[in-house]
Amino acid sequence: MSRIPLLACAAEFGLLLSATGLLAAQAQTMSRIGNVTGNADAGKREYRRYCVGCHGPAGDGLGENAQWIDPKPRDFTAAVFKCRSTPTGSLPTDEDLFHSVSRGVVTTNMPSWEPLTRQARANVVAYIKTFSSRWATQGPGTPITIPAETPANIESILRGRDVFQKMECWKCHGPAGHGDGPAASTLTDSKDNPIRPYNFSTGSRFKCGETNADVYRIFMTGLDGTPMPSFADLMQPNDAWDLVHFLRTLQPLQTPEAAIWQTWLPAHAKELKPLGPDQGGR
Amino acid sequence: MRTRLITSLPLLALAVSAMGALSAPVKTAGGVSGTITFTGTPPRMRPIDMSKEPSCASQHPTPVMTETVMAGAGNTVQNVVVYISAGDQAGAAAAQPVRYDQKGCQYVPHVLVMQVGQPLEIYNNDQTSHNIHPLATINPEWNKSQPPGTPPIKATYAKPEFITVKCNVHPWMHGYFAVLATSHYAISGNDGKFSLAGLAPGKYTITAWHEKFGTQSQEVTVSASGTVTANFVFKALPY
Ligand code: HEC
Ligand code: HEC
Ligand SMILES: [Cu+2]
Repeated sequence: MSRIPLLACAAEFGLLLSATGLLAAQAQTMSRIGNVTGNADAGKREYRRYCVGCHGPAGDGLGENAQWIDPKPRDFTAAVFKCRSTPTGSLPTDEDLFHSVSRGVVTTNMPSWEPLTRQARANVVAYIKTFSSRWATQGPGTPITIPAETPANIESILRGRDVFQKMECWKCHGPAGHGDGPAASTLTDSKDNPIRPYNFSTGSRFKCGETNADVYRIFMTGLDGTPMPSFADLMQPNDAWDLVHFLRTLQPLQTPEAAIWQTWLPAHAKELKPLGPDQGGR
Repeated sequence: MRTRLITSLPLLALAVSAMGALSAPVKTAGGVSGTITFTGTPPRMRPIDMSKEPSCASQHPTPVMTETVMAGAGNTVQNVVVYISAGDQAGAAAAQPVRYDQKGCQYVPHVLVMQVGQPLEIYNNDQTSHNIHPLATINPEWNKSQPPGTPPIKATYAKPEFITVKCNVHPWMHGYFAVLATSHYAISGNDGKFSLAGLAPGKYTITAWHEKFGTQSQEVTVSASGTVTANFVFKALPY
């Protein structure tokens, strides 16, 4: 599994970033991605070439292609981002933006920009930050810490199932994680466009990553600008890892957690109360 | 807080001079009061269907009505925030926290006024999770889940803004935070009446905000004593 090296790498990034302690004014026209420094002036050229059609010349998400696109391209003037390592309500780090630009946003029109050089991506990240004065006045939030993953065994999965029930994830995502909970059909994003909760049976990738650490980060920090709330103040690391392990059993691909679950389930299905409104759990 | 100020004149004088509003010792101060009404036909408030959340529905023997326009006898309007929008001396924010409750899947109060920097505490009194999602645009937008029995969520806002508050789980839950730069504000009651007291003599702009009717402002001159009247008339557009 490539998950562990990725996590270690992310931790290193975080360290580097906090060590540099950039000045706010500088930070707005620059970005720092590991040892690469992005420059907004250079980024403007790349932006005009690759991003403007969707995100618009003013960065407001109203590019000429935006009218045909759902979900809509991000409005950088609002400076509200889905994929953050930082608490809800705070700005993402340069790394967060860099990862989003590199990864793209699965199931949407936002492509992966991996083909551009690291330097070009760092530049364009610096340029995106010039669209909102929030970068000059606030700076990014402090990334949440993600402690080492706990063992993914059946006990952890079952505890995670209880967390899923207790935190009422099913209200939006549905008892089986199919994105069809009782509140699902009424949801809108913060710009009043209809939005659907993530359907866990559709794959193993998320808008904001694909590793177990990414899943942990997603529900802890929330997806700002959407109904998906932050749970960071409500869960201890152990609970959060348990929940990650349970969420993996809802996915169709052979995740190790799904394998454990499928081996255990046939002999024990009757011990489980259904998830959802009827006080489910064990 | 304002009512306490008017009851005791010495205290009032103290408060005003402490704010540095006047250099000379203050003997008296005035106020503004008025009534808020509307013309036209207001939108009808509709019953809310809470059947998807039985633990809340069971708390309401009769259906809860939407609270967008709360009209009283004689076309008065409740829940209008009236405040000094210009001419006020900036004072320190009140240290006393303001409280916002979720009870029976409703926000209490429907419109919560607070000052910039004033501590805000949000409570969940229900047996269901809510997510508190204030859709701020000038201040940062955040979104937090609050399951039953968890501690209050604490927050402050740094800039003045009227913020729509939403719970995504219960789409009928709709409220407002009115974050103000001034400590002089009032919210109209069911009789449409408001009063702002403890104002040093001078010229002020006062603004009235309503979630559906929008905002209106007018200039008033407050003398060393007595209360000036400022009424506001909103227009209910046909819906
Ligand atoms: C074909 C249209 C399209 C192009 C071209 C495009 N984007 Fe996007 N972008 C989107 C859409 C749509 C979203 C919103 C996805 C969502 O909300 O789920 C988005 C979202 C984003 C986000 C927000 C991620 C988050 O965490 O919220 C960033 C950052 C971004 N784009 C940067 C870029 C950059 C930089 C470029 C050019 C190199 C670019 N985009 C080009 C469509 C596009
Ligand atoms: C109020 C409704 C709501 C609740 C409650 C909720 N979610 Fe979500 N969740 C959403 C929506 C809507 C999205 C899709 C956001 C998007 O596509 O931009 C989402 C997306 C996600 C994603 C995928 C994010 C990505 O990067 O693609 C995960 C993982 C997730 N939620 C986990 C959870 C977990 C775990 C819980 C409970 C602890 C939970 N959610 C509770 C509404 C909700
Ligand atoms: Cu609610």
